[in-house]
Amino acid sequence: MLRQTDRKFKFDWITILLFLLLVGFGYLNILSASHTGDVIDYFNFSEPYGKQLLFIFLTFGLIIVILAFDAKFYERFSSIIYIVSILSLLGLFIFGKNVNGATSWYGIGGMTLQPSEFAKAATALAVAKYLSDLNTNINNLKDQISIFVIITIPAFLILLQNDAGSTIVYASFFFVLYREGLPKYYLTLGVSVMLIAVSSLKFGALATSIIAVVLVFGFYFLNKKKVSLFQSILALVVTIAMSFGVKAFYDNVLKPHQKNRITIWLSLEKDPAKLEAMKKTFAYNLNESEKAIREGRFTGKGFMEGTRTTGKFVPEQHTDYIFSTVGEEWGFLGSAFVVIVFVLLIIRILHLAEAQKSQFSRVYGYAVASIIFIHFLINTGMVMGLIPTVGIPLPFFSYGGSGLWGFTILLFIFVKLDSNKINEW
Amino acid sequence: MRQFLLFASVILVGLLFISRLFYLQVYTSNEHDLFEDNAIRKVYDYPKRGFVYDRNGELLVANQPSYDVMVIPREVEPLDTLEFCSLLKIDKAQFIKSYNKARHYSPRLPSVFVSHLSKEDYAVLQEKMRKFDGFYIQKRSLRDYQTSTAANVLGFIAEVNQGIIEKNPYYKMGDLIGRKGIEESYEKELRGTKGIKFIQKDRFNRNIGPYKNGKFDTIPVQGKDITITIDKKLQEYGELLMQNKRGGIVAIEPKTGEILSLVSAPTYNPNLLVGRPRSKNFSKLHYDSIRTPLIDRGLLRMHEPGSPFKALIALTALQENAIDPNTSVSCSGAYYYGGRKPMGCHCGSGRRNLNSGIAKSCNSYFANAFRKTIDKYDDASQAMDIWSDHIKSFGLGDFLGYDLPPGKKGNIPNGAYYDKWYPDFRWGATTIISNSIGQGEVLVTPIQLANMTAAIANRGYYFTPHIIKTIEGQNIDEKFATPKYTTIDKQHFEPVIQGLYDVYNKGTANFLRVPGIEICGKTGTAENFTKINNVRAQLTDHSIFIAFAPKNNPQIAIAVFVENGYYGARWGGRIASLMIEKYLKKEVTLKYMEKLVLEKSLEEEYDKPYSGKPFTINDGQKLQYLHLEPKNAETDR
Repeated sequence: MLRQTDRKFKFDWITILLFLLLVGFGYLNILSASHTGDVIDYFNFSEPYGKQLLFIFLTFGLIIVILAFDAKFYERFSSIIYIVSILSLLGLFIFGKNVNGATSWYGIGGMTLQPSEFAKAATALAVAKYLSDLNTNINNLKDQISIFVIITIPAFLILLQNDAGSTIVYASFFFVLYREGLPKYYLTLGVSVMLIAVSSLKFGALATSIIAVVLVFGFYFLNKKKVSLFQSILALVVTIAMSFGVKAFYDNVLKPHQKNRITIWLSLEKDPAKLEAMKKTFAYNLNESEKAIREGRFTGKGFMEGTRTTGKFVPEQHTDYIFSTVGEEWGFLGSAFVVIVFVLLIIRILHLAEAQKSQFSRVYGYAVASIIFIHFLINTGMVMGLIPTVGIPLPFFSYGGSGLWGFTILLFIFVKLDSNKINEW
Repeated sequence: MRQFLLFASVILVGLLFISRLFYLQVYTSNEHDLFEDNAIRKVYDYPKRGFVYDRNGELLVANQPSYDVMVIPREVEPLDTLEFCSLLKIDKAQFIKSYNKARHYSPRLPSVFVSHLSKEDYAVLQEKMRKFDGFYIQKRSLRDYQTSTAANVLGFIAEVNQGIIEKNPYYKMGDLIGRKGIEESYEKELRGTKGIKFIQKDRFNRNIGPYKNGKFDTIPVQGKDITITIDKKLQEYGELLMQNKRGGIVAIEPKTGEILSLVSAPTYNPNLLVGRPRSKNFSKLHYDSIRTPLIDRGLLRMHEPGSPFKALIALTALQENAIDPNTSVSCSGAYYYGGRKPMGCHCGSGRRNLNSGIAKSCNSYFANAFRKTIDKYDDASQAMDIWSDHIKSFGLGDFLGYDLPPGKKGNIPNGAYYDKWYPDFRWGATTIISNSIGQGEVLVTPIQLANMTAAIANRGYYFTPHIIKTIEGQNIDEKFATPKYTTIDKQHFEPVIQGLYDVYNKGTANFLRVPGIEICGKTGTAENFTKINNVRAQLTDHSIFIAFAPKNNPQIAIAVFVENGYYGARWGGRIASLMIEKYLKKEVTLKYMEKLVLEKSLEEEYDKPYSGKPFTINDGQKLQYLHLEPKNAETDR
């Protein structure tokens, strides 16, 4: 039996250790990617590596503050935190500062803050709060719509600020809802939509329709008792409409740079000359980062020894493309290590979430795992050329104060909730 | 089961990413090659190529600076082509052509974009080069010839081609390599080793600093100066004598094997293959398939040796005790054997012994000597093997091993050779009697003939002919200082040498005597044939001559081969005498002979087979006329 005083420090040290590994290794790579010349002034706060050191230092203060609050505080004040967060996003339309085409920053003195990084934690709290309410039934359409609205408001505001990448992150809540009992057909629908979209772009709308006809009727004849002919035809019509719709969406709605990213991802361009030209223009980053990773080979070129990193061949390498530094300087060993640490961290959080006694804590933990996962999936996948280019950071790893603090808050609220599970009844 | 969706997704993505990393970094990744890494700029520092001096210390080949504009296609950014082209003095079409060629070779490795800028263009361009990403100027060193002769000996330097780059990774696109002559043989010594600096670049193509503090950088090693055995004055004189003729002269110092001159005609001025006009001139020379100025006839022209070969027939016969110096034969103007068509003789009929046989070049005498040598053995095949070994000990029938591109083996038949020709083994001395007068199946090159002469002059040994005299700070190959002995005993040489001396004294070359120098020589005439419209046609005989002098302390052994020059003394003999006098006395007193050789041309003779009309051969009249304007040969072959 633990004494009351010990319980205060009963945090999950595995999670914290994994967190520290990522932050520390991230810092080393930022240092390598952003330093110039032979002499490094670690405390030069006008350089990214100097700033990051400061951010990390401040992060520890932030962690102490988060852990100091009572666990109940986060549940009780979740609605207020959510509303404050929405207001901070709305405020951007008036006070926002435009950086690289996105108005998602507040300029405070020499510093900038990105409220969308904090909105993820706030939304996670709100979703957890709503779902854990005794009156909520996720199989109820009305509740489904309510939750959808909670998630969509910040997502939509961020989209309006021209930060499509951060918007996609909100899709991660699907995992949370599904875990909490969202009907299965949403999953079927979601997966089908993705498959149809990719297939329609890659193989064309007509080919996709033909495949759909074969599959749907095949399924119908094999499962006549379960599926009616009407249902099958309806599914087919929707599918065909969608495959043509996706094409139209791609042609008319997407912006040129978004189209190009998809073109590169799905290898839609067959003309080698045009492909070569693409690699020099909008696919330059991707091409250079893939090349850097490739050149790292098994053991890497060594810390601070990457020629492409030193030569700053990968633009934005210390932010979204930081993984390419790992690839070049630490090779397969280092890159696989980072992948494994992320996988372990996410699984650890999932494991802890499942062990929670309160539904609020469980839902929140699930949301944390999902959000980290989607960032890891999109960012790392993009740098390796597996996923179309989407500009979101690698959690705990990429350069940036708002990102680091946003994820730290997200994670450590859960660490606090978890430490309190023994008091939850 | 719902809690496993995310869990499974995470595991799946983790595995997928690790496989992708494995694919990128282990499975398809290549060795990190600094030369392929476009983040590292490679700056080459080319060392001075070694100078070449002649045997008397006269400078033959020096260097001059040259500037090439290089391009790395994938680093090229959009540029003001109009300005760039006008700076380089090229037009847009040329720009596109050069660019595409470089791109086709490799988008990431440097190629030469425009070669050999003038110093003025370089000065202007250097200022503006920063504006053109992907282009840079590479300084190189070109040859600067101090002579207009000996092109075939000196060789030239040329840009390496892809075949060479693949075989030898030292060379990179645009590098120069020695081709032909000593530039090829002593490429490694002459070129030195280039230095390289690795410089870290950033993505704007700016230099950041040395890569790994210059850990991999190397400093250039200067090329070594070499001295060659050629006597510049003699070489120049030989080429002068051979103008308007085709053929070769090879002169060797018998007591060392040093090649004093190696003349090939027609030749070209080595300065033609330097700098920007190089490629144009090179194609012109290369595709001149009639005059073939790029082919070194001294090393490569295989021909029947003709009568000079009789000296070896005599030596072999003496060694085999088939004859002795007093053996005599009565010549009736032809040699009758085995009921065949007799072999004619021009010696003027009479009783011939060894001395007069050589001096008068009596065919019958040597047919007899050869026949006796072969018939001494019961088995003709075995006899031919023994004979062949004797002949080959003079360096004939195989590569000599000199330090120039290897040339040709020639041919000295042995028993097996004829067994193959006459599978029923029904052959004997008379079947192959033509060999006795250096016609038949025997083939030699002029340098082999000169070396054979040196071996006779030395009374039984020779040093492998070589062109290198000294290399700065390095010993030359030991094999050049090791004598090679023939299989003929020393005492057999004196009577033969006396015969060769009498060739000048009272024989076929008696009008070629040089006052104050005792020369031994031998005339030679070789019939030859060509095909005109697929019909075999005989051309005027080749004029061949070998000689060495002075008789008792040989300083020079020489072989002269003049294509279609008619009889041996007519061209070959005159040229040999003049060369010997030039070398030994350093001046020429035989002014009339010199005038004759310089003024007469054989171009008309060479035009005959291409004229499309019937022509006469071996017509001795032509020496009476001057042919000041050699016509270009028509090329309707």
